[in-house]
Amino acid sequence: MTDYLKYAIDLVAVLLLALGIKGLSKVRSARGANQLAAVAMGLAVIGLLVNYVGVPTFNTQAWSWIVGGSIVGGVLGVITAQRVPMTSMPETVALFNGCGGMSSLLVALAAALEPIALDATGPVALVSIVVSVFVGSITFTGSIVAMAKLQGWLSTPPWMQSRLRHVVNIALAVAALVGAIEMVRTTGGATGLWLLVVASSLLGIGVTLPIGGADMPVVISLLNSYSGVAAAAAGFVVGSQLLVVAGAMVGAAGLILTQVMCNGMNRSLVSVLFGGALGASSSSSAGGGEYTNITSCSVEECALTLEAAERVIIVPGYGLAVAQAQHTLREVTRSLEAAGIDVTYAIHPVAGRMPGHMNVLLAEADVPYEQLKEMDVINPEFPATDVVLVLGANDVVNPQAKTDPNSPLYGMPVLDVQQARTVFVVKRGMSAGYSGIKNDLFDLANTSMVFGDAKKVLGDLLVELKDLGVGK
Amino acid sequence: MESSFVEFLWVLLLGSLLGLELIGKVPPTLHTPLMSGANAISGITVLAALTAIIKADGNPTLLVLGSVSLGFALFNVIGGFLVTDRMLAMFSRKPARKENR
Repeated sequence: MTDYLKYAIDLVAVLLLALGIKGLSKVRSARGANQLAAVAMGLAVIGLLVNYVGVPTFNTQAWSWIVGGSIVGGVLGVITAQRVPMTSMPETVALFNGCGGMSSLLVALAAALEPIALDATGPVALVSIVVSVFVGSITFTGSIVAMAKLQGWLSTPPWMQSRLRHVVNIALAVAALVGAIEMVRTTGGATGLWLLVVASSLLGIGVTLPIGGADMPVVISLLNSYSGVAAAAAGFVVGSQLLVVAGAMVGAAGLILTQVMCNGMNRSLVSVLFGGALGASSSSSAGGGEYTNITSCSVEECALTLEAAERVIIVPGYGLAVAQAQHTLREVTRSLEAAGIDVTYAIHPVAGRMPGHMNVLLAEADVPYEQLKEMDVINPEFPATDVVLVLGANDVVNPQAKTDPNSPLYGMPVLDVQQARTVFVVKRGMSAGYSGIKNDLFDLANTSMVFGDAKKVLGDLLVELKDLGVGK
Repeated sequence: MESSFVEFLWVLLLGSLLGLELIGKVPPTLHTPLMSGANAISGITVLAALTAIIKADGNPTLLVLGSVSLGFALFNVIGGFLVTDRMLAMFSRKPARKENR
C-alpha cells in the first residue's frame, strides 16, 4: 500500500516541478511557480520518508543524523538568502549551485566507499558513480571559482590566459578519464576514485578560472545545468526515478537557458568557454584609436537640459549596479516624473551583472515594471527622445556594433542611443568597457560626458534639480 | 538492476525532453530568477542524501557523508527557493502598492 502512496506522491511532485519550471519563464506566474516547485520538493522528501517507514534501519540514529544535517544546511540557507544584497545575486546563485554539486559528489563518494550497504553494486551503479563524481566535482569547484571571481577575491593568473591552460586542462581531463577507467576496471578501487575526484576538481578550476567576469553568468548557468546532470546521476546511484527526472529536467532546461543567454550577448558557448577574455587580443587591432571630440559637462548643465526635456530614457548598466546607485536614480526619476517628464528605462538584454539582473535591481528600487522597456521595444523610440542618460553602460551603447564591420563588437545587439537629441554619459573616466574597445558614441556631437561615480553624480543631480524647482 | 536500468534510461530520456520543452521563450527579465529557481530544484539530491542516511544501518561513513551531503543540498534548496522568492517578490509587489496610494 505504501508503494502506491509513494508512487502517487512522486508523480504529483514531478508534475508540480515541471509546472514550476514552466511557470518560472513567465513574469505573471513566476512567483507562484517558484513556490509550487518548493512545495513539490517538500512532497518529494515526504514521499521518500513515507516509503522507508517501517524499514528497520530507519531508526532514531538515522533520524538524528537527518535532523542534524538539515538544521545546519537549512539555517545557513535561510540566513544567506535573507542577508545577501541584491547586487550580489550572481555570486549567490553560484555558491548555492556549487553546494548542490558537492551534495551529489558526497553521495556518490558514499556509494563508492560502501557499495553493498547502498545496493550500488554492478556496472550500471559503477558508471553512475563515476559520472556523479566527475560532474559533481566540476560543478562544485567551478561554481566556487565563479563566485570568488565575481566577488573579486580571485583574479586570473597570467599563465591561465595563455595557450598553456588548454594543455593543462586537457591533461587534467585525461587524468580524470584514466581515474574513471581504473575505477570501473577495479570495480570501485580507491586509487581510481581519488584520482577521479582530484583531477575533475582541478579541471573545474582550470576551466572556469580564465573566463572573464562578464561571461561568468553564462558559465554559472552552464554549471547549473551540470548540477542537474550530477543529480540525475546520483538518482541512478541510489535508485530514485524522481531524482533522475528532476535532475534531467534541470539539466536540459539549464542548457536551453545558457543558450538563450549566449544569444542575448551575441557570444557562442564555445567562445565563452575556450576563447578567454574577448578584449585581450582584439583591442589593439580593430576599433582602437584616440578620442578626438570629447565634450565634458557639469552636473548643472545636465540638470538644465533634463528640466527642459519632455521625454527621457535612462540606460542603466553594470556601473550603476556596482555603484549601487539604483535608489538614488529612482529619486531622480521621481522628481522628473513629478515635473511631467516622461521617463522610461531601456534595458539591454545583458544589462547589469547577469541577464535580468538590472530588472531585479530596479524593481528593488521601486521602479514600476511597466517603465522597463526591452531593447527591441525601445530602439525605435530613441529618435523621438530628448535626453538619454547612460549610467555605467558602455559596450551596449556603442554604435560601432552596427556601423563598423571590422569592429569586434560588430553584430552585437546595441541600444541606438545616439539617435536621441542629447546623450549624457555618466562615467568615472575614459576607460574602455568590458570589450576594451573605443566607444564611438563618446565622440559624437550630441554626446556629453559627466565624469564621476554614478551614485555621486545622481546625488548631485538630485540637488540641482531641486534647486531648479523640478518636480515640486 | 538490469531491467530497472532500462526503465531509468526511459525516465532520463523523457525528463530531458521535458526540460528542453519547458523553457521555450524566456524574457531576459526572468533569466536571473529562472536560473536561481532551477538551481534550487537541482538541490533535489536531498533525496539521495536521505537515502544514504536511512540505509546506513550504523555505518559511520554513510552517516557522516550522507548528513554532510544533506546539509549542502538543503542549503542549496532552501537558500535557492528563498532568494528566488525575494527577487520575484520585487516584480509582483508593484501593482499592489499602487492600489494603496
